[in-house]
Amino acid sequence: MLYESPNTLPEAVNLLAKAKGNAYVLAGGSDLLVRMKGGYIEPDLVVDIKRIKSMSTIKKTPEGFVIGGAVSCANIGEHTALRKAWPGVVEAANLIGSDQIQGRCTIVGNLCNASPAADSVPALIAAGATALIEGPRGEREVAVEKIAKAPGVTTLKKGEIVAAIQLPAKQRRSADAYLRFTPRTEMDIAVVSAAVHLTLGAKSVIEDARVSLGAVAAKALLVKPAAKAIIGTTLDDEALQKLSAACAAACSPINDKRGTVAFRTKVAQVLARRAALLAYERAGGKK
Amino acid sequence: MNAETKLGKREFRSVGTRPVRPDGVDKVTGRARYGADFDMPGQLVARVLRSPHAHATIKKIDTSAAEKLPGVKAVITSKDLPDLTDGDEELGAILENCMARKKAYYDGHAVAAVAAVDAKTARAAIKLIKVDYTVHKHVTDVDRAADPKAPLVMKGCITQGIDPAPKKASNIAKQSEFGHGDVGKGFKKADHIVERNFRTEQTHQGYIEPHACVASISPDGTGEMWVCTQGHFVFRQQCAALLGLDMAKLRVTSSEIGGGFGGKTHLWLEPVAMALSRKANLPVKLVMTRDEVFRASGPTSATSIDIKIGITNDGTITAGEATLRYASGPWPGSWALLGAMTAFACYDLENVKTTGQEILVNRPKTTAYRAPSAPMAAFAVESVLDELAGKIDMDPVQLRIKNAASEGTRSSYGPVYGPIGIGPTLEAAASHPHMKAKLKKNQGRGMACGFWFNFGGQSCTNLNIDIDGSVTLTVGTIDVGGARASLSLVVAEELGIDYEQVKTIVGDTSTLGYNEMTDGSRGTFASSMSAIMSARQVIDIMRARAADMWGIPPEDVEWQDGHAHASGKSKKNLPPLSIADIASRAAKTGGPIAGHTELNADGAGVSFATHICDVEVDPETGLTRVIRYTVIQDAGKAVHPTYVEGQFQGGATQGIGWALNEEYIYGEDGRLQNPGFLDYRIPVCSDLPMIDTQILEIPNPNHPYGIRGVGETSIVPPLAAIGNAVSNAVGVRMTHIPMSPPRILDALENAEQEG
Repeated sequence: MLYESPNTLPEAVNLLAKAKGNAYVLAGGSDLLVRMKGGYIEPDLVVDIKRIKSMSTIKKTPEGFVIGGAVSCANIGEHTALRKAWPGVVEAANLIGSDQIQGRCTIVGNLCNASPAADSVPALIAAGATALIEGPRGEREVAVEKIAKAPGVTTLKKGEIVAAIQLPAKQRRSADAYLRFTPRTEMDIAVVSAAVHLTLGAKSVIEDARVSLGAVAAKALLVKPAAKAIIGTTLDDEALQKLSAACAAACSPINDKRGTVAFRTKVAQVLARRAALLAYERAGGKK
Repeated sequence: MNAETKLGKREFRSVGTRPVRPDGVDKVTGRARYGADFDMPGQLVARVLRSPHAHATIKKIDTSAAEKLPGVKAVITSKDLPDLTDGDEELGAILENCMARKKAYYDGHAVAAVAAVDAKTARAAIKLIKVDYTVHKHVTDVDRAADPKAPLVMKGCITQGIDPAPKKASNIAKQSEFGHGDVGKGFKKADHIVERNFRTEQTHQGYIEPHACVASISPDGTGEMWVCTQGHFVFRQQCAALLGLDMAKLRVTSSEIGGGFGGKTHLWLEPVAMALSRKANLPVKLVMTRDEVFRASGPTSATSIDIKIGITNDGTITAGEATLRYASGPWPGSWALLGAMTAFACYDLENVKTTGQEILVNRPKTTAYRAPSAPMAAFAVESVLDELAGKIDMDPVQLRIKNAASEGTRSSYGPVYGPIGIGPTLEAAASHPHMKAKLKKNQGRGMACGFWFNFGGQSCTNLNIDIDGSVTLTVGTIDVGGARASLSLVVAEELGIDYEQVKTIVGDTSTLGYNEMTDGSRGTFASSMSAIMSARQVIDIMRARAADMWGIPPEDVEWQDGHAHASGKSKKNLPPLSIADIASRAAKTGGPIAGHTELNADGAGVSFATHICDVEVDPETGLTRVIRYTVIQDAGKAVHPTYVEGQFQGGATQGIGWALNEEYIYGEDGRLQNPGFLDYRIPVCSDLPMIDTQILEIPNPNHPYGIRGVGETSIVPPLAAIGNAVSNAVGVRMTHIPMSPPRILDALENAEQEG
């Protein structure tokens, strides 16, 4: 196995594009190293991106935030403006692993690991985040929900790296929330999760919404009917019931060691409702 | 017991204080050497090939390609571990479990092993071994295995313990019965009877340090082993027997131990490392991965318990009856037997009957887990008692106080009790502020009692007075939970010196006579008894040496506060002599000063605990959080109260994990689905409240200081206490452990439908 730690993004792209055999990007390593140690993968090339300076910063721009691919979740949690603008995204990122893992793990790693249970992904989807991809053919920008294809499989092409995640600027009277269900308080993986982003208009009526569910399908879902169910409402009981129903309809989970189809479907509804109420409250909604 | 000791009244100087443990600094700085931290020159690295099948005949193993791989120094199969057990059932099962012979009996069963120059080569060699299997039907569930139609785990297995013996083979390997009186008559007297089935899933001890050893077997028939174990003398004995070595020629050194809880009382990989070393003629290091620890080192039993208890309207238990099925893996154990013995041990019953059945399943070989088998039996008994208390509208603590065993009670498993602590722990619970604290919505409180036997057994210690007056105690019982600190305190107490002057170490198997392992909560109980006797010997020697130095009769020398004092007619103006004074002259007064004791520590004394627990259950998700927990237990005498509390808290913590989330999950294919700490969920710190403890000291009359073992009983009540708390929070009787969120939601839904 060859280990490379280039100083620039083009070098990293070049290494990956020319790689023979199995090549992997190493950010924090909290997924990659575990898989290597467990013998699930045997890389021929590992490209460590932590020395690339442009990938290790969080930038606040007029359009929003640009979070570099190698920024640790602990650093995300320490960014005051980001925390204020996107509390749901930050909370989701900070739920991954434990304190020790927080110092290593990244949201781009979380995204590219393509686990349907990834904590930060539903929050990013609900936030309308995009992935900035650097590849041999240049740069492209893709909605985060388009990155994962199936468990462990992404839509990235050979040589492509997600260089950064872009979050829009916070709108007035908008807020997001992310909730996950785990039997333990930490060091656990979501059995089911839900993220909601809302923007309120006059009289606290929801003008815009995005709802995302995790761990209920082969990848994290953007559930448009769930958003539709609450847009134009003040999140009354009827709206919450419709939200639940839309979420239940979107679920196609599996029975496995972490949960049953019935359990996941039921708890997805509970979490979506609770996340919606939390986001609504954060956005200043008054019923 | 020494006549001069007045139990319960004695003033202790060192015992009962809380000094820093002698192994603490090395452990927190990483200097302490655990199983995998030891290396020998020229050492090879071993890896084990394991069966992917739950039940399969091994038709052929082709190791030729692996043997040819450069860097591979030895490949072994069961042929390299010939059967020398001579019909010994226990050793035979250990041998077959260490390396499958004709059949693989569970997912993870070792079938071959490799020793190579490095891990990479060993891993590559493992992949080159070809095994030809014929796969058979398997059974992993305890109740399905007990069904007469189930696939047979062991061909021709006829249930032992039934007269006349059944003619048909089954997976019920052994049956045992305990009790007295007539339960039929007792149930007729009952005003209320509750009869239910309870199930508990299989759990692992979850020790953080995986099994590890380094073995070196020389062609001259001598050997050495460095190993993480709870009992190096037992490991030496069994390894020597399995490898055909003289015990005296095998020296076993124990490492520091990163948790054992019973799981390190058993050989899993050590004979394999020894066989590889013998074949390669080089030292071999073998360390299990976490996956291997889960798949191939002994968890505790999954159980299914049918139970029936009757009471009168005034709360007197008239009869208790239970049939306890304990899965033991592919070989019979004594796990159901222990469940059947402990189930009703807290209570004074006129009529009681328990039947234990060891059930064979295609899962790893079961071994001890902290008070083995008692927690599951207590879950069934204590849950039904709570239900009965509800039926007669009696406080559950008062119901138990009314029926508690006391001195002179004939226990449900036979013996008559001496002075015991069940009553006092219950009285303490009844008056504990926790019992009166207010509960909020979705919260529930539960309590439960637990019993464990405690063992004593063979113990041997050396106590050396070094020439500067410092003291070394060498014990042969592994320190798993702070025993070195406790034993140093005991020696300091007896000699009348400071704790800091005493260093306690664990000797290897060549330095001391046979010591039993650290199990049955015996470590501090038995070793301290032996250490006290060694110290008393040393005091007698030092009195004689002082007499010699002063030229007075030895009977005129008294030992007080760590000094020899001249007394009586000889008193004169002789200043007292310290240990250092006496030791510095030892060369001239008769040579080194040392005490030595070997004894059978009898009278360990049984142990009882009562736990109180509050939980909050989210009715929409089934998630349970333990919000308050109190452990009340009898310690006899707490030598080092902090470590006694640690044992109480540790047992409760493991019980909380077991009660709420931990379980072995098998797929339809008979493979373990969750062999890792991500999906086998032991609690993390943030899952737990601060666990309060209350130490009761009801002296054990059979120990010079009144000490009882404290290591195990604390895991007995939690399943039941939490079960009762959850049941009270949600209003539905919970009967299946772990009470994971999906199980709680299912129970709520079922209750609603039946509603």
